[in-house]
Order: sequence, then C-alpha cells, then structure tokens
Amino acid sequence: MEPLALYIHWPFCLAKCPYCDFNSHVREGGVDEGRFTAALVREMAFEAGRVGRRPLGSIFFGGGTPSLLSPAAVGRLIGEATRRFDPVAGIEITLEANPTSVEAGRLAGFRAAGVNRLSLGVQSLDDAALAFLGRRHSAAEARSALATARTIFPRVSFDLIYARPGQSEAAWRAELAQALAFGPDHLSLYQLTIEPGTGFAARAARGELRLPEAEAQAALYQATGEAAAAFGLRPYEVSNYARAGAESRHNLAYWRYADYAGIGPGAHGRLTRGGETRAVRRVRAPEAWAARVEAEGGAIAEESALSPAERGREMLLMGLRLAEGVEEARFSARTGITLEAALEADVLAIALAQGYLERAGGVLRALPEGRLRLDSLLAALLV
Amino acid sequence: MTDTPIENIRNFAIIAHIDHGKSTLADRLIETTGALSAREMHAQVLDSMDIERERGITIKAQTVRLSYLAKDGKTYELNLMDTPGHVDFAYEVSRSLAACEGSLLVVDASQGVEAQTLANVYHALEAGHEIVPVLNKIDLPAAEPEQVRAQIEEVIGLDASEAVMISAKTGLNIEGVLEALVTRLPAPTGDGAAPLKALLVDSWYDAYLGVVILVRVKDGRLKRGQKIRMMATGAAHVVEQVGVFSPRMIPTDDLGPGEIGFLTAAIKTVADCKVGDTLTDDRNPATEPLPGFKPSVPVVWCGLYPVDADDFEKLRDSLAKLRLNDASFHYEAETSAALGFGYRCGFLGLLHLEIIQERLTREFALDLIATAPSVVYRVHRTNGAMEEVHNPADMPDGSVIDHIEEPWIKATILVPDEHLGAILTLCNDRRGQQVDLTYVGNRAMAVYRLPLNEVVFDFYDRLKSVSRGYASFDYQMDGYADSDLVKISILVNGDPVDALSFIAHRSAAESRGRAICGRLKDLIPRQLFRIAVQAAIGGRVIARETISALAKDVTAKCYGGDITRKRKLLEKQKEGKKRMRQFGKVEIPQSAFLAALKMDA
Repeated sequence: MEPLALYIHWPFCLAKCPYCDFNSHVREGGVDEGRFTAALVREMAFEAGRVGRRPLGSIFFGGGTPSLLSPAAVGRLIGEATRRFDPVAGIEITLEANPTSVEAGRLAGFRAAGVNRLSLGVQSLDDAALAFLGRRHSAAEARSALATARTIFPRVSFDLIYARPGQSEAAWRAELAQALAFGPDHLSLYQLTIEPGTGFAARAARGELRLPEAEAQAALYQATGEAAAAFGLRPYEVSNYARAGAESRHNLAYWRYADYAGIGPGAHGRLTRGGETRAVRRVRAPEAWAARVEAEGGAIAEESALSPAERGREMLLMGLRLAEGVEEARFSARTGITLEAALEADVLAIALAQGYLERAGGVLRALPEGRLRLDSLLAALLV
Repeated sequence: MTDTPIENIRNFAIIAHIDHGKSTLADRLIETTGALSAREMHAQVLDSMDIERERGITIKAQTVRLSYLAKDGKTYELNLMDTPGHVDFAYEVSRSLAACEGSLLVVDASQGVEAQTLANVYHALEAGHEIVPVLNKIDLPAAEPEQVRAQIEEVIGLDASEAVMISAKTGLNIEGVLEALVTRLPAPTGDGAAPLKALLVDSWYDAYLGVVILVRVKDGRLKRGQKIRMMATGAAHVVEQVGVFSPRMIPTDDLGPGEIGFLTAAIKTVADCKVGDTLTDDRNPATEPLPGFKPSVPVVWCGLYPVDADDFEKLRDSLAKLRLNDASFHYEAETSAALGFGYRCGFLGLLHLEIIQERLTREFALDLIATAPSVVYRVHRTNGAMEEVHNPADMPDGSVIDHIEEPWIKATILVPDEHLGAILTLCNDRRGQQVDLTYVGNRAMAVYRLPLNEVVFDFYDRLKSVSRGYASFDYQMDGYADSDLVKISILVNGDPVDALSFIAHRSAAESRGRAICGRLKDLIPRQLFRIAVQAAIGGRVIARETISALAKDVTAKCYGGDITRKRKLLEKQKEGKKRMRQFGKVEIPQSAFLAALKMDA
C-alpha cells in the first residue's frame, strides 16, 4: 500500500497578509492552544479509525502559522500521528514557519519535537517588498532565521513571492541571486496572484494595484528557471525548485494524486478504500470545527465519492504540474479510466504538435511551454 | 369629393439633397397654408418614423393636401408629394414623381448642387416635370446664390434666372414658393368619365386600417365601395375608404382625375401592393395599365444573425413585421456553421440595408451580426446553366464555372477640385472606368462605371474620408458584365469560417485577403495555441497571419486543498466552452465577427 501523507492545519496568524487566501484567522485575544491541540489530536485519532493503519510517508504542519504553536504541542501531534500510523523509515516531517525572531527562537524546540524539514515563509529579501506584502519580519530577520534554521534542520526550504507590481526583471534576478547564495536545496518561488477576498483584491478593484502583464510574467518565469538551474535547482513543479532528491515528498503526494488525510479546520483529504476514492473536507471556521470535533470526534463538512472521470481530471490537473508528468499505468490504476478517455483527442494532438505536451515511455508530461499555460491547456484538454 | 376644378390642382414633389432643407420647406408650406395649426406642428411633420427624422431621409412616400388662396383670387389645391430621398429607392422615387406634374428643386445656397440632387432632377425631367429652382438658406452668411444659380444652369441646364430665393428656416418668402407653384406648374389632366386608372404610388401598413395605399388618379373616379383591380397582380379588393391627407387622413366620397389621396381595402400586407401598379375598376377595367411598372428586385444581400441564438424567433417575427410595411425587402432562412441560425436578406441598396438593420436594432431591440454584403452574381456553368448567386457559400466549385458576370453601376460624384485626385484614385482602385469628367466652377463632376461589388465594400466611407466629407455620390444600376471573380475563404487553423468568406475580383483578392487576416489578428485574442489565420482561393493560400499563444496562464500555488476548487472550475469552464463558437479549437468572440465583417479592404 502507498504511504499516506498527513496534513495538519493550524489556522491562526498574528496578522492577515494581503495576498493570502488560505484558511487563516487572527484572534486578537489569543488562541487557546490547549483546546485546539487537543481537538487536532482527537480528530487524528478519529481519522485513523476511518482510514485504518497505513504506512505514513510524511507529516506537514501548514497554516495559518504553525510556527506559533509551542514545540510541545507539535511534539504531541507528531507523537499521536506516529502512534496511529506506521511511519516509513526516513519519514518527512515539515513545518511552515515565519522568520520573525520570536518564532526563530523556537526552531530548536521544533527540531527536538521531531520536525526534520523547515519551510520558511521568507517571501522577499527586500524590506520595502516585505512591507508591501504585509509581512511582520525584516529582510535581516529573514536572513538570520535562515542561517539559524540551516544549523538546526537537515532540510530547509523557503518561499519567495515575485512578479510584484513594478518589479523589474533585473531587480528580481538580483533578489533571487541573494536567495540562491544561501545554497538551498529547495525553493518555492511563487508569482504573485491576486486572489478574491484578499486585501490585494480590494486594492486591485480600486485600481491601486496592477500585476505585470502576462508577457512580463512569462519573462520573469523564464529568468527564474534559468537562475535556479544555474544553482542546480530544477523546477520539478510549476513553482517548486529542488536538487534531485530534495523534493518535498509531502507535496509530491498531492501532485502525484496519492492518498492524503487532512485534519484541522478546512483541511482536505483524498482517501482510497476498496477501489473508491473519497474527497473529504473539514469544517472551516476554527471554533466551529473544534466544537464539532469535541462533540463527534471529527468535523467532516463534506465527503463524497469521486467518479472515475473526476479522479481523472484531478490527477491530470495535479500531475501535469510536475516535470515528471503522469504515468499512464498509474493513471489507469488510480482513476479506473484510460488516459485516452480523459483527454480531448484533437486538443492532445495539437498540444503534442505545438510542443506543449510530450508522450513517451508510458508517460504524459507537460513541457515548459505547456506548463507556462497549464490552466488554459487543462481547460481545453480535459474531457 | 372635391370641389376644386382640375385646373386649380397642382401636384408637386420636392427634390433636394439631404440637409438642403426639404423637410423644413414642407413644414413651412403646411404651416403657411394652415393645414395644421401651430399647436399641431412639429418639425419634419412628414417624416413619421424616428429614423426618418434623425437621418433626414424619407423612406415612405407621403403626401399632404394644401389649400392656398393665390394672388389671382382663386383657391388652389396643392398636393405635396414627399418622395423617398435616396438612390436605393430610385424606382419608388420615379413612381412618386410620376404622380406629379412638377417639382421644386431645392438647393442650399451655401452648398450648391450635390450628386443626389442631380440624379433626382434627371428622374423629374424623365417624368416630364416642370421644375422650379428654389435657393434655400439665403440668409446664411456663406450663401452664394449667384454662383449656385450659375451652377444650376451649367450642370443641370435649367433656367435659374427666376429661382425663388428663400429661407425655409426663417420662413422668408414661402409665399413666393406658393405663387411659383400656382403660376409655373401645369395643372394635371385626365378624363373623369374614362375607366379608372390610378397609379399605386406607395403603401404602408397601419395596425388599425390594414394596408393604406397612396394613389394618384389619372382617369376615372375612385369611390368608396367600388371593386378595384390591381392590373399587375390581378388581385381585386373592395374599397372601404378613400380620402386625402391634410396631413391627417380625411375621408372623402371619391377621388377624381388629378387628385392624390389614399384608399383602404382590407388588404393584409404591402407585399400585395406593388409600387407602380395600376388600379382600375374591376367591372369597367381600363385596357392598358399606366406605363413603367417594375417589380422591385434586391441588389444587395447579407446574412443577419442574432448575437444571442435565443433571439432567432424574435428576429424572424421582427423581419415579418418589417416586411409588412416594406415589400422591397426580402428574407429567407439560412444557417451558418459560424453564426448559427439566421436570415439571408435582400435589399434595394446599401442604405436600405443599413436602415433595416438599424430598425431591427432600434425598434425591435435585436443585437445582430451582419455578414459582408454581397451583390447578385450571374454564374454560368460549363453545362450552359445560369444561376444567380448572392451568398459566397453558394458559389459552385471553380471547375464547373464557365464564367461569372457581376452587376455594374454608373456613379456620379461631385467633389471640390482639391479632392478630385483622391476620388479618381479611389475609383480607379475599385476597377472604375471613367465615363465623363466635367467642371462646374471649382467642383468637378466625375461619372464612373464601377462594379457594384466594389461599392458595397466600404466605398461610401472611403469616399467621404478621402474628400473630407465634401464628395456627394449617387448611382444607378448599369447592367452586368463578365468578370474574373474568385471566392476567398478565411481559414482559422485550417477550418474555413463560412461567415467570413467573400467574393472579389482576382486582382483585389490578395489585398482583401491580407486585410481581413490582419484585422482578425488584431481581433482574436491570444489563446492557448498559436493560431493561423489564412485567406485562400480554393486550395491556394493567398494571405496568412499568426496569432501567438497567450504568454502565461498557470496557477502559481496548487496543493491538496486546492484540488476540488480547481476541478470544479475546470468543469464549469468546460460547460461554458460548449456554448462558444469554435473553429479548429479557436474561440472567435462575437466582437471579432462584428468588427471583421464591418471591414473591407
């Protein structure tokens, strides 16, 4: 049986960033860590009861800001997970952290609790850009947190946001060069997008914020790939760059359409049993979620079986983000349909002819030109 | 029944270029003779449709009876015939003129004679009219009455020494016009005892009365209760009402020789009332109809499609309603792979086309796509058969065509000297053959033979633009001639888009093909794949443009929590796609069709 990936959502932040549309919440009066940790522990037990014992390949603490958790709480959750499931040798345990000095002070504690991979939300190495992005840390704090993290964790990744309004290609290349100089073996480099319901969306609606044109974005993307490649990082996913072997195993589970369980407010899961894959979504509002867990053991908002066609679409929309593509045999095994049945034949033919897709050795993959336009490609390609 | 003796009747039309003051003069005449009280007056009384008032063109012939006590002490019955004022309605104009004995030629004293004026004067002269020149707007500082008077004499050959000088706007010398009508126009003639002969001048549909027919009685009497027969169609109807316009409809017992008025006879559609037909008494018919009957034949066709496919029924109903009142307009259902269900519509000319389109948009609130206008070609097959083709889609394969004939026109263009060069270039570019070139003062008059096909492709707009609006233009049909014509198909990623194909002369095919490809390149938004837009004659590509693929379109972040949302979004997009018009996997937005079809070379 394929190992399971376990996602744990900590939904609280000290402030809401204007670009972020994740399920994150600010609680001015503070957060009852004990209550929410207990609820997470309880929901994990609940989920393990439904899923059954399985090998566990990875744990990922996401948010929100999970680095606001105490190391003790993190340790308790890791302990619970590794008791309920069978951790594989070399299990990957990632925690997302913000590089403020306060959180940096807890890094050693997280390591001691069992975290072996840190994902730092650096976002930029430029103070003005950090202020624009609504971040509460400085570029100096970010550098310092990075340096500390590298001494503590065997694996460290960090995020940067680029293609910001007015950002020139030269400025981005310079910022990226600084980032690469840290010698990371994994980077997540996201182009800024304006998501509905965020602070940036409101500013954009008022005409105060404008992203670079698609041509400029494409040029920045190209420049990013070149710079990363020069440091030995290859784009294994649309926005993720890693040295061979340093890929995020947990995130690969999503993109490869493996099974994953999500616990915590608003977390999603895909779980296969007896040939049926079910989509699970948890209650989104933190307090409502906790109350449901306390009352019923788990807080499932919605659960439904996915049809073969739906599974096919999900597997392709995730898998074509990966440089490695989608293995046809695995596709059929996971979805119950052939690749042919999932694709518009005429679009496939044009996409192959125009160098957007490649089909060889039993694998369908999006080539860089295709990945650059993947949303439109998928909209046309998927049956 | 009228008491006016025939010698006291004057039937007249007004000939004028757009904006030279025809409607204003008509308003003044109505006002001065007291046909309507000041309270009832509103500007352009005779133009009843909004579109007529706004565009200053008359679509339907109208008439008004004026009663005028002249200086000689006698009361005259003046029948003013307001004629349709455009070349597209040339035949209708000629019938209106045939109902009168004379015309007022109204010329703007600051503008001079225009091409359209000229064409209508010739129609009037052909109808044997006595013509009274009237110089309007003489109160304007820019008025040059002496020069315009000379121009009238020179260009038209009319004696303008006694031209009536007026300002219709201020009402200056309207009396002079009325006196000229009485003293200079001949009275009609006719035999009241002879069998009825009445000219069907025009007809229109009235929701309450059915079809109202405008007639001019030549001989005999037209009475209520009489059974009349239309001599061209043979249809018989019992007259329900006869009367005159004042301009309100006023019933009378009968209409006698020389009189102009209306009749109703429970007729359902104007298509049964052919302009130019002769009405006679069914029991005591005339032996010969009045001369000049000609059924109307569309010369320009185009496809009309609803932008929203759900509006097809509405379009059908609207066309039927328009046809009720405009028999010269033809339509038949057609389908296009690109545009769906629509109608192929035939018109008397470009203005007619424009008017119908505008009325559909305005009065019936329809959003329409019109395909490129096409003339009627005569295609001679190698087997000797001839067919008329006005839709590029119906053009047979080149291998079975022996030769094709296309319609020509004779165009008259009046233009200030400084723009003549540009006009001549335009005409030559459009395969024109110069027939005549004369000067009138600083204005040139160029007469050209031109293929109508070249004129429907934005000729009029080009003419206006190269002459900065100073050129005036008029034309008449001038037969068919052999021509080297080809059908040009537009292909998008190899798929022909039927609605964009067109027929052109071989010499123009390449430049037109390049132009439309270039236009489409600008109109079709960048999409997933690069798009090839080609123009081809048969299998041979004559022009090509490439639209590059969109630069970047990919979600930056996509993890486990995003998958459901992402899938649902894709499924929704998929649904939307099914309703799009796609060609070779290319979405061509409606706006692109609209703009591409507007264009021309």
